[in-house]
Amino acid sequence: MSKTLIRGAQVLGGEPQDVLIEDGTVAQVGTGLSAEGAEVVEAAGKVLLPGLVDLHTHLREPGREDSETVLTGTRAAASGGYTAVFAMANTFPVADTAGVVEQVYRLGQEHGYCDVQPVGAVTVGLEGRKLAELGAMHESAAGVTVFSDDGKCVDDAVIMRRALEYVKAFGGVVAQHAQEPRLTEGAQMNEGVVSAELGLGGWPAVAEESVIARDVLLAEHVGSRVHICHLSTAGSVEIVRWAKSRGIDVTAEVTPHHLLLTDELVRTYDPVYKVNPPLRTERDVRALREALADGTIDIVATDHAPHPHEDKDCEWAAAAMGMVGLETALSVVQETMVDTGLLTWAQVAERMSFKPAEIGRASGHGRPVSAGEPANLTLVDTAYRGPVDPAGFASRSRNTPYRGRALPGRVTHTWLRGKATLVDGKLT
Amino acid sequence: MQRHLISAADLSRDDAVLILDTAEEMARVADRPIKKLPTLRGRTVVNLFFEDSTRTRISFEAAEKRLSADVINFSAKGSSVSKGESLKDTAQTLEAMGVDAVVIRHGASGAPYRLANSGWIDAAVINAGDGTHQHPTQALLDAFTMRRRLVGRDAGLGRDLAGRRITLVGDVLHSRVARSNVDLLHTLGAEVTLVAPPTLVPVGVGSWPCEISYDLDSVLPKSDAVMMLRVQRERMNAAFFPTEREYSRRYGLDADRMARMPGDAIVMHPGPMVRGMEITAEVADSERCTAVEQVANGVSIRMAVLYLLLGGNEPAVTHTRTEEK
Repeated sequence: MSKTLIRGAQVLGGEPQDVLIEDGTVAQVGTGLSAEGAEVVEAAGKVLLPGLVDLHTHLREPGREDSETVLTGTRAAASGGYTAVFAMANTFPVADTAGVVEQVYRLGQEHGYCDVQPVGAVTVGLEGRKLAELGAMHESAAGVTVFSDDGKCVDDAVIMRRALEYVKAFGGVVAQHAQEPRLTEGAQMNEGVVSAELGLGGWPAVAEESVIARDVLLAEHVGSRVHICHLSTAGSVEIVRWAKSRGIDVTAEVTPHHLLLTDELVRTYDPVYKVNPPLRTERDVRALREALADGTIDIVATDHAPHPHEDKDCEWAAAAMGMVGLETALSVVQETMVDTGLLTWAQVAERMSFKPAEIGRASGHGRPVSAGEPANLTLVDTAYRGPVDPAGFASRSRNTPYRGRALPGRVTHTWLRGKATLVDGKLT
Repeated sequence: MQRHLISAADLSRDDAVLILDTAEEMARVADRPIKKLPTLRGRTVVNLFFEDSTRTRISFEAAEKRLSADVINFSAKGSSVSKGESLKDTAQTLEAMGVDAVVIRHGASGAPYRLANSGWIDAAVINAGDGTHQHPTQALLDAFTMRRRLVGRDAGLGRDLAGRRITLVGDVLHSRVARSNVDLLHTLGAEVTLVAPPTLVPVGVGSWPCEISYDLDSVLPKSDAVMMLRVQRERMNAAFFPTEREYSRRYGLDADRMARMPGDAIVMHPGPMVRGMEITAEVADSERCTAVEQVANGVSIRMAVLYLLLGGNEPAVTHTRTEEK
């Protein structure tokens, strides 16, 4: 079988080491390993990470193949250093049955760029009224463990309570898109100084925070774990911090864009900055970075949300919400967290691989780089810095807020169970 | 002057005074038997209205015609143009026909800004009201009306509104008129106070260059002009206030309240008025109410804006002020 020797990589940012991949598995980690019979990848100066795991991706297939497919989305994932992505359920049809989740899962396996772990809808049709067949989705070939109505909030407290309770039977977790619907009717951007000036409907922080507060209390009451999607405000951080201090089993994610961008950008009325939850203020950005650094926020998840050009090349109110993120996530994390001294590379591995795999129970992913583990690996040229060029994206969509912005770090290689999916920055 | 007029906040004090002064010149054209200038002969202006507004459209149209522009009216209401793609396509279609300026009214905040800045077209863009964002020509005509009444028609030339106390009352949250006026009046040196129930003031208003009050009666005696903003009855259904009656009682302007204003203070309204809601008929029809004057001034202001954005450097009107003496 094939052998690959990654020579002189800084494993998790540590001292240079050689890593030998054999038969899809990490065979040896050490110094001066023999290159005999192996393809050699010179990795001096580069950082080797466990394959990244994204707990929050929109692959759009089935239904919106004009914006992304499982193939283009997993190619984008491989380009960004990911070896596993959790595909959100808001497709057409909704991933609320075993049939749909199996289809998405199988497409991921067939294409072979990145494992696709489907997320199941919590409620039928994401309508928030009736529980979907959560157990059937779990028992399907897709083995769904994460359930979310993402895009919509499970706002009915009783439905949320039941879902939290029900999935305990098979170790599942509900990932909540926290957005109080009445408080966000017609919402277009963060409610505050900028929305007041621009005359755009406000999306108040309290609409997120009140739902998170309710859900951590529900999780405590029924003894379930709960995961908070794309936490975006300083107040949400405080609530999660408080919940964790009480021993509530809550985990939370933050997106790269909420770590870098603020609502000041909306002054351009360019819908490339339109996203849900919306870009917040500088104060929120600071709080999110601190929370990711101190562990209050467990993981980074992209909320990769591809949209076709015409859905963004229009006036703000008519535009779709969301940004692509798989191919820039690691760079944004380096820019905001590593180059600022807030996180080490080992801590990045924790927040972008180990922990998301653990929350989603993605077996074989988020494992240490050591002998005997599956060879899901990502090699990063952290010294690189250059402008983002959407024309080079593998994603079918180009709705990135970083066009032309210089960002650090470039993923040069990705291996999925020993098979290179990205070599020298090019997809295989 | 800039190439577009998108927001009142984009105007410097000198820009704004120049527009007001130019509008005074334009107003004199209206006093002539033949109300027409050749300034924009051969130029094409399109009135692109994605939202119904007969008043504003007619006002712009009158201004364009008095400047001899070729005018195209495009009412997008009712056709399938609610999608943004169509804003771009419509704009590019008009561009291909060689329009020199686009006067746009749109229900989405920021649509004129996008039109001017997205590279879709080269024409000058004039914002005739976008969503709950801005309505700069309304603010200019309001300032023009205030300057005439509070400073003087001739005495006002070259001057701003320094020290004048202006109060805006009503639905600030949903009002592009309020936003534009706060920006422009502040630039012109006026002291602005917004009066509204707290539900109708946006979160984030603290950064605006004005005072906020919830108590109309305490503000009226300190107001040189009181502008009543239209309040839509539907707001009541979204719990912004309990009933129409309670709104009128607390924030409506009736004769008793008007009597609390200084003797020479004026009452303004951008129209259309909801009589019995924010203003009583008695006040609306009183000498102190400038609502009709504002409409007339709107044409002069829009002529001035079109002239300054499109006309270039030639004098618009050949006669001088001395002719009036």
